[in-house]
Amino acid sequence: MGVILFELALTLYFAATIISITELFKESRITARITIAAAVIGFVIHTASIVSRYLTAGHLPITNPHEATSFFSWCIVLIFFILQTRYKIGLLPSFIMPIVFILMLISSMLSREVKPLTPVLQSYWLGIHTVFAFLGNAAFAMAFGIGCMYLVQEHYVKSKQLGGLFGRLPSLQTLDEVNYRLISFGIPLFTLAIITGAFWAETAWGRFWNWDPRETWSLITWFIYAIILHARLVLGWRGKRAAILSMIGFLTIMIAFFGIKLLQKGLHVFL
Amino acid sequence: MKIFVVGLNHKVADVEVREKLAFNGPKLEEGLLRFRELPEIREAIILSTCNRVELYANVTDPAQASVSVRTFLSEFHGIQRNSLEHSLYIYDDIDAVRHIFRVASSLDSMVVGEPQILGQLKDAFDLALSKKTTGILLNKLMKKAISVAKRVRTETKIAENAVSISFAAVELAKKIFTDLSKRVFMLLGAGEMAELAAKHLISSGVREVLVSNRTFERACELAEEFHGRPVKFEEFIQEMVRTDIVICSTGAPHYILTKSQMQKVMKERKQRQVFLIDISVPRNIDPAINELDNVYLYNVDDLQGVVDANMFERQKEAEKAENIIAEEIMTFLKWLVSLDSVPTIVALREKAEEVRKEELERLFHKIEGIGEKEKEAIEYMATAIMNKLIHPPTAALKEDSENKDILVATIKRLYGIEEEKNGD
Repeated sequence: MGVILFELALTLYFAATIISITELFKESRITARITIAAAVIGFVIHTASIVSRYLTAGHLPITNPHEATSFFSWCIVLIFFILQTRYKIGLLPSFIMPIVFILMLISSMLSREVKPLTPVLQSYWLGIHTVFAFLGNAAFAMAFGIGCMYLVQEHYVKSKQLGGLFGRLPSLQTLDEVNYRLISFGIPLFTLAIITGAFWAETAWGRFWNWDPRETWSLITWFIYAIILHARLVLGWRGKRAAILSMIGFLTIMIAFFGIKLLQKGLHVFL
Repeated sequence: MKIFVVGLNHKVADVEVREKLAFNGPKLEEGLLRFRELPEIREAIILSTCNRVELYANVTDPAQASVSVRTFLSEFHGIQRNSLEHSLYIYDDIDAVRHIFRVASSLDSMVVGEPQILGQLKDAFDLALSKKTTGILLNKLMKKAISVAKRVRTETKIAENAVSISFAAVELAKKIFTDLSKRVFMLLGAGEMAELAAKHLISSGVREVLVSNRTFERACELAEEFHGRPVKFEEFIQEMVRTDIVICSTGAPHYILTKSQMQKVMKERKQRQVFLIDISVPRNIDPAINELDNVYLYNVDDLQGVVDANMFERQKEAEKAENIIAEEIMTFLKWLVSLDSVPTIVALREKAEEVRKEELERLFHKIEGIGEKEKEAIEYMATAIMNKLIHPPTAALKEDSENKDILVATIKRLYGIEEEKNGD
């Protein structure tokens, strides 16, 4: 059942992605509504697939790469809905749904086998640490999408070529503010993820910090976002610079998420 | 019934001629009533704006009406008829319908897509309604023209994108800043175009207005006019730290704001976005400033480029609008054709009724001692037969048909209907 639900969610996210990309080329209220409808139905089915897997496995389904990637995309869609309810940002689905779909596609290609939990993972820290980490990362993923939108809009205004998406993208100030708020929202969550992870490491391996590659990359990511906030508040680094930095930050997340897995080293090998 | 338009606009007549022919203030009402009184005119509307003077009518004879209207215009405005000959255009039938739809949809305007013309057309129609100078045809035509204009506005982007420099500046400001009501605006210098752009920006609701000018007295005057605060010219750079939008037009022959000055300003304002509009010729703001992050500098040519691009977009949308109008003309013409068959239907019915009455009278005269009940039954049967016989031709006349004229002529011939009654 869980598999069918996952495939259905993947299909709906795919539909939302394709339609949202066509939106970039041709404005239409109908297609915009279809995109949102597909994303909403996809999200509901995706939630059901996560619940179904939870019931099958008996624990939070974020203990292997397939589950983690799927849960990550679920968190992004959740934050996307929250953001759209608050700001109603035109063309946001066109920049976010492709990220969601790619993550789900990667998830679908990874092993879906439900294995018993290793002793390390049999801890209440599992839920706390991972939920903080994924929600924080999802906020950063969203900041990446908003950063892309900022760069596109900034290019139009700066180059004085006001065709294309110029009329449909939000103002530079809105994009900059939303980017800042997402990072401000993501940083505390990510910090809590690192702290709870340290406590978990202490109970599991007897040390708070092990310089495991994923831990190291997480710290790099944390520093990048901390620099973005600091530079904005102290030096006034906003707009284009903030957008580029938020994109670099998301790339480090992707390296931490997928790159480390390829190396198959470190204590976080289960992910 | 014929729809008829006679008039002139900015394309065919210069402003002196348009002024002479304009129906201003009380002249409009007087002109409308006198226009309606012309023998060939059955319904009348006059549209008089700064760019066009047009008389819409339902006429009995377009050729004769054309002569009468020219005479009327020359007499009413006291100008020689000869001077009108080359300026006036005349449309009738489908061309008149198309013209009115195009005018209402702002396709015939100086600035394609401008919204004022629809309001002016509605006012002209309202006046005609209040003076009872219209009837079934022009009422339907005007309502249709208004609905066509609304459809054009909804289904095309003809009214989107600013097509004047000052509106382009406001539109751009809105794409840089989310909410103009939280922004501080500075007018630097007092060029005419800059003042106009400033007025548009201020009416968009900026939070605070600062005015700086080489002559401080002039800055004070303008500041008072805009409900703003005057700033000494030597202090405008300091004020820029808290200013978000600047319109500059000082008339100075050199740059009054350099890149290094702006860099310092940006540092002080923590890189918050700034929108600079340099309308001066020669330019007063160093173009290199646009290279700075979060600074967006537009000069008069850049804004003109935006306006031209928007105009081009509007022209593309105008093509879509023409298709909508072509579609709507067909719908209107179908209604018009159905209106043409109404007198024939009425005449056919009257003819049948006449025959029924005659034959019943003749029959009742022949049969002696017939009772009321029997009379009623026979009358009922005769009516039923009549209705059944005239139903198919009536239905055919009511249907939309390409060959309606032939059908009307055939039915008239077959049933011996001589004269049409007026259907309206």
